[in-house]
Amino acid sequence: MRNAASNKISVRRRLANALALGAIGLAALVVTIPLFLILGTVIHNGLSELNWNFLTQIPKPPGEEGGGMANAIVGSLMLLGVASLIGVPLGIGAGVYLAEYGRNVRGNVVRFTCDVLNGVPSIVIGLTAYALVVLTQKHFSLLAGSVALGIMMIPTISRTTEEVLLLVPQSIREAALGLGIPHWRTIVSVVLRTASSGIVTSIMLAFARVAGETAPLMFTAFGNQYWNLNLNQPTAALPLQIFAYAVMPYDQAHRQAWTGALVLISIIMITVIVFRFIAGRGVMKGAD
Amino acid sequence: MNAGIHVENLNAWFGSTQALHNISLEIPEKHVTAIIGPSGCGKSTFVRCLNRMHETLPNTRVEGKVIIGDLDIYGKGVSPVSIRRRVGMVFQKPNPFPTMSIYDNVAAGLKLNGFGNRRELDAIVEKSLRQAALWDEVKENLKKKSGASLSGGQQQRLCIARALAVEPDVLLMDEPASALDPISTAKIEDLIFELKKQYTVVIVTHNMQQAARVADFTAFFLMGNLVEFDKTEKMFTTPSDKRTEDYITGRFG
Repeated sequence: MRNAASNKISVRRRLANALALGAIGLAALVVTIPLFLILGTVIHNGLSELNWNFLTQIPKPPGEEGGGMANAIVGSLMLLGVASLIGVPLGIGAGVYLAEYGRNVRGNVVRFTCDVLNGVPSIVIGLTAYALVVLTQKHFSLLAGSVALGIMMIPTISRTTEEVLLLVPQSIREAALGLGIPHWRTIVSVVLRTASSGIVTSIMLAFARVAGETAPLMFTAFGNQYWNLNLNQPTAALPLQIFAYAVMPYDQAHRQAWTGALVLISIIMITVIVFRFIAGRGVMKGAD
Repeated sequence: MNAGIHVENLNAWFGSTQALHNISLEIPEKHVTAIIGPSGCGKSTFVRCLNRMHETLPNTRVEGKVIIGDLDIYGKGVSPVSIRRRVGMVFQKPNPFPTMSIYDNVAAGLKLNGFGNRRELDAIVEKSLRQAALWDEVKENLKKKSGASLSGGQQQRLCIARALAVEPDVLLMDEPASALDPISTAKIEDLIFELKKQYTVVIVTHNMQQAARVADFTAFFLMGNLVEFDKTEKMFTTPSDKRTEDYITGRFG
């Protein structure tokens, strides 16, 4: 070896490395801070009012102590459930179409439409549901709110489903077709199954996104101070209730708004974790 | 059941590119026929025309006649799906279904076609894995392990078992050993020797020694044309076409 010094890393390179690593490390840290700030604040402010009454009672008249958001919790769960019934099949269906039959102009039109729909402000989607459902029914309803949220779920689910289906290797499809398995069966039992964990992720992303939406519910689900389990009646929902309480001039209402936020975040987190677990169990060990 | 393959004036296209030109040959039943030739000569396209897989790719077209046994597979109203149940296929890269167990991989062709009797399925899975010489290596973990967790050579034998489970008459193998090490390759070759007792086997290979070892008949393809088709012994000792001789002796390709 003629020049041993040339094998050493120069000071300049070490410095550059440390700087760059420090910068991206800092960026990563900064990204996590808002989430922990939000979680911390919500838990700190919301935990004091989290009790059995909050989860089982409906709101008391403004200014009165006590009461809860049980009707809003149930309302939100129903809204999200019905929205998923609308958004998940349509989203997955469109995603399968795009991946399996969409390599053409028609596919591009659908793809472009999905991307634009994804960028439409949620309040405009609320207006659309208002025009489609509320004006037809002539009153606000749980159904109208679900239609608004369901529409918002579609683009996320369909575009992500398309992406994960395209990740399933062509060789797997050919293996199934080569066994004399019909095309539809290949898609359902082999391609969708292979991509199932990715599809569940896409549903969870869409679910989490619409669960906290307030604007599209304002003139669709509208809100309700009482119980409602009827699809055709206005319903309370956690985001609406949080908003309503946050602008009230009472301390207790503010505290309950925080607790509502805590419950909403918990619902989203529990749903995501449960579905991840279910989806994870379906995949064999050792598969990649 | 007679399962010889009669091919007459077979032409195949990718878009406007013609991949096969007027191929005619008789593949005898219960023998191994090797298809050899340089890359891009149409070997794979040819075997993919024998189970109507060619047409599953976009912008492809097939003309001509392929008769397996007494069934004209491109005849009017013949379902490609039913053809693929009679003509099994093993691909170049092992492609087990990654989310399925070893058992489910072998049973897939039957299960997904609505064949549900569990006891019969158990028997067929065992029989197919034995035929593919994989049973002893996997019998402990049939339902516990994923097909994708096996080694490459085992995966390929799993794919062979999967193809055999639907009880085809013909087995097409598209370079089944080209992604495997010599030991796994030897196992697959032994297997082919056993399989020809029951099945008509057509194997595409890049490896001339392999063709010489396993095949009773050999077809030499060049630029989408069939140059020569004969007994393997004759092809490798006294080929009648100069181009075959050049290819086999390694003067080109």
